Amino acid sequence: MLDTVFFYLFTLLTLGGAILTVATRNAVHSALFLITSLLGVAGLYLLLHAEFLFAVQIIVYVGGIMVLFLFVIMLVNLDAAAAQRQFSRMWPVALGCVALVGLELFYFLGKGEPAFRIAAPPPVPEPTAGNTERIADVLFSQYLLPFEIASLLLLVAVIGSVVMAKKRI
Amino acid sequence: MHPVGTAHYLAVSAALLLIGTVGILVRRNIVILLMSLELILNAANINLVAFSQHLRAVDGQIFAIVVITVAVAEAAVGLGILIALFRNKESVNADDFDLLKW
Repeated sequence: MLDTVFFYLFTLLTLGGAILTVATRNAVHSALFLITSLLGVAGLYLLLHAEFLFAVQIIVYVGGIMVLFLFVIMLVNLDAAAAQRQFSRMWPVALGCVALVGLELFYFLGKGEPAFRIAAPPPVPEPTAGNTERIADVLFSQYLLPFEIASLLLLVAVIGSVVMAKKRI
Repeated sequence: MHPVGTAHYLAVSAALLLIGTVGILVRRNIVILLMSLELILNAANINLVAFSQHLRAVDGQIFAIVVITVAVAEAAVGLGILIALFRNKESVNADDFDLLKW
């Protein structure tokens, strides 16, 4: 019961924050609403028993990426941009996207509950180790190569962003 | 009230993806375009984690970690490009960068 309440609370946080991110004119307000949305996603991870990802979401997204975004918003002068028109003429395409997904949603809602029944989970016993321990076990054995590739990607991104932001290349 | 199942999380993910798509199509400020991109990547992550919990396998969460890594790299490089663009054109409006447009 409490699970359900928290699910809808975090969903409201996520989707409300996302809508306001897209809809507000001021970029700083957008960034603050994006933080709300990302915190809601972190709460959903917690409800899904992904405690490690919950921590990563808050540390990396809210603590890292959003600070980066706010710094860049302060660096570039947005006063001139805020005075201009904020929304482009692509809104019919966006409306088409919304209509398509809305149609799909109502079609499946009309079909009732059987449409939402996903194949039952396999009968695996509840794990004894914690979430973080299990992730570490798999990450450093089965997925070691993707892990190393990800570190290489981060190195390339660091060098790339430094080169990009230099005054004279 | 129905108990919350995997389908509920998939619906939230679809809605978040939709909002991100609309943001990319509708806004002109490049900073907000990058933010909408983050929303889309988060939608994909919710999907991965929901199925990881559904199948009782931790593999989906590993995928989500890789997606977060890519999102961080993309944000860093994207904002670096944005600063370089702003230095050259004094604008963050996506419609102003049409040098390659015929």
